[in-house]
Amino acid sequence: MKFINYLETIAGVSIYPLVSLIMFFVFFAVVTFYVIKADKHYIDRAKNIPLELPNPSQD
Amino acid sequence: MELEKFKYDNQIVKMFSIATVLWGIVGMLVGVIVAIQMFVPALSFDIPYTSFGRLRPLHTNAVIFAFVGNGIFMGVYYSLQRLVKARMFSDMLGRIHFWGWQLIIVLAALSLLMGYTTGKEYAELEWPIDILITLVWVVFGWNMFGTIIKRRERHLYVAIWFYIATFVTVAMLHITNSMEIPVSLTKSYSWYAGVQDALVQWWYGHNAVAFFLTTPYLGLMYYFIPKAANRPVYSYRLSIIHFWALIFLYIWAGPHHLLYTAVPDWAQSLGVVFSVMLIAPSWGGMINGLLTLRGAWDKVREDVVLKFMVVAVTAYGMATFEGPMLSLKSVSAIAHYTDWIVAHVHVGALGWNGFLTFGILYFLIPKMYRTKLYSQKLANTHFWIGTLGILIYAVPMYWAGFMQSSMWKDFTPEGQLKWQFLDTVTKMIPFYAARSIGGTLYLVGAIIMAFNLYKTAKAGSFLADEDAEAMALTNNYKGHSTDHWHRWIERKPIQLMIVSLVVVIIGGVIEIVPTFLVKSNIPTIASVKPYTPLELEGRDIYIREGCYVCHSQMIRPFRSETARYGEYSKAGEFVYDHPFQWGSKRTGPDLAREGGKYPDSWHYNHMLEPNSMSPGSIMPTYSWLLDDDLDVSTLKAKIKAMQTLGVPYPEGYADIAEIDLNKQAEKIAANLKKDGIETSPKKEIIAMIAYLQRMGTDIKKTSVADTLKK
Repeated sequence: MKFINYLETIAGVSIYPLVSLIMFFVFFAVVTFYVIKADKHYIDRAKNIPLELPNPSQD
Repeated sequence: MELEKFKYDNQIVKMFSIATVLWGIVGMLVGVIVAIQMFVPALSFDIPYTSFGRLRPLHTNAVIFAFVGNGIFMGVYYSLQRLVKARMFSDMLGRIHFWGWQLIIVLAALSLLMGYTTGKEYAELEWPIDILITLVWVVFGWNMFGTIIKRRERHLYVAIWFYIATFVTVAMLHITNSMEIPVSLTKSYSWYAGVQDALVQWWYGHNAVAFFLTTPYLGLMYYFIPKAANRPVYSYRLSIIHFWALIFLYIWAGPHHLLYTAVPDWAQSLGVVFSVMLIAPSWGGMINGLLTLRGAWDKVREDVVLKFMVVAVTAYGMATFEGPMLSLKSVSAIAHYTDWIVAHVHVGALGWNGFLTFGILYFLIPKMYRTKLYSQKLANTHFWIGTLGILIYAVPMYWAGFMQSSMWKDFTPEGQLKWQFLDTVTKMIPFYAARSIGGTLYLVGAIIMAFNLYKTAKAGSFLADEDAEAMALTNNYKGHSTDHWHRWIERKPIQLMIVSLVVVIIGGVIEIVPTFLVKSNIPTIASVKPYTPLELEGRDIYIREGCYVCHSQMIRPFRSETARYGEYSKAGEFVYDHPFQWGSKRTGPDLAREGGKYPDSWHYNHMLEPNSMSPGSIMPTYSWLLDDDLDVSTLKAKIKAMQTLGVPYPEGYADIAEIDLNKQAEKIAANLKKDGIETSPKKEIIAMIAYLQRMGTDIKKTSVADTLKK
């Protein structure tokens, strides 16, 4: 019995993996860029939240 | 600014912690029982309620949703209050959440034992319970967001991001995968069929691992490890990348559960690529957890809480290294359907989820009871016995997996398969026995912990409402001039939820939507026809008894499989399978082409006593199928439901289906009589035989027709 993979009939299905890869790459690049640029003061502040230090400033 | 005084609610944390320990022990106990049943099948006791096919889903559901589920809520209710410096939004919602969840667990346990199941792994619960889960989940979310909104801490710590992503993604997964059409209160059919059902199911299944067993626990890791070690997380920047990359990537990886199946090749490849990429954020998280302890390793030597957490994070690292490796097609070809996968899963469940939960319990209980742990020595014993248990569990299962797989693929120099399937089963028995010892050790450890925690609670005095104080948030917060856009998100829980949802939807949409276009593109395999009424009833018995937990229905395109089972499985063969029953483990042989392999009488005797037909078989007996009458009261509703789902039964067929059912049943009964078996055509076994004899036979008809044409 000859069986043709039915998804081959969707026009341009190969675009899907390509689009997803690009999307992730862009997303990842943006997040990385943000993280590198992030304000050191904010990072230190957020990092210490679980330790419940007395009276931290609220910014 | 005014310093506000308020109280943290410890009562709800205590309730969830008791439930965690209790259900944990129940889930592990059922695990040990099913582990022993695998080499002592007589322990199924020849009654439906204790048979392996029903107990195994009970074990998985209990461990995932009862043990880990309550563990999540315990940790979230404790940490969230402290991270946002506010009491939970509503005590009442917390109680509804707690009791609602316990009700779900009890209903789940009862219904699974009764055989009410949708037949989709880790989503077995029937539709009324699915709705209840949705409602209780909304209550949880409501309470969580209410708390976040009235917070006294401007920034949302990364743990909370993980909680929010968990909430929204689990909601999405649960609702999408639970789309089913009810036939009765206790029976429904999956909205999707065959390939589509498989893709949706493993998109769900994989992400249940991701967003129920991983992201909430990563949130807990980011709170409790810094807390227990009394030092901030190693790199907060890394945790941000960890979060976004992890939730983005995880959602794509589902198809790696379906490599070499009838799922379209491009979807498989996409799943592989993203699975491999997943190692980066996973290891980023693991390294972040472990490096938090840098300079504090001396504490790890003394503090049992940290010991558990270190092993948990290490197990997470091992499992998330192994996961991407298993996703490679060539590795999957070896590991899929074998006990290797069982080992992999248990490194995650016993090591990561179990040990992190234990660590948190040992941390929380003395704190909330304002006393010291009753016995450090017992806790250390638990640690070692648990670690040993994991090893004795996992090592034999890895070994068994390799052995099984290589035996399945072994050919003689003459080109014949070297081993009968049964040979590969009997060879597994010592490994199954060893595994049950590992599991028992782990269970004993948990019981020791329960005793230790109970004694601790007895000795201390519980602090139900813990005093706290913090500055109120001012409304006129302007932010810094250097503020980055991301801070717009991380201060706003709703935005964070929406962005998380968008991020997880992308992967789902790209993978699943094309498969839904299938319907218009599918070249129907002309000879694939809907199930006859009797076969449909038989299939429902197959689902009820959980046959799919040991038998796959998916022949991969390998020589070793086509030689053993016949023509490999095609996507077009499953178009009427609501739900699909491809399975994920071959404790017994694949059944995709079972039809016509043996006479009807073989199946009859085999269900009565598997050992009589396959000496050495570890399949339990199913004698009640021979005694019980088939219940056809819902047949009409079933046919109608199938018609609604697009199965082309002729119009009005529901009314006459029973006539066809009886005719076919008479024929099978007559067939059995020829082989000297007297039975009423009304018995369940007749329907079961009808289904088994139909399996995979449709395309054989074409082959004959094609040959004739030529």
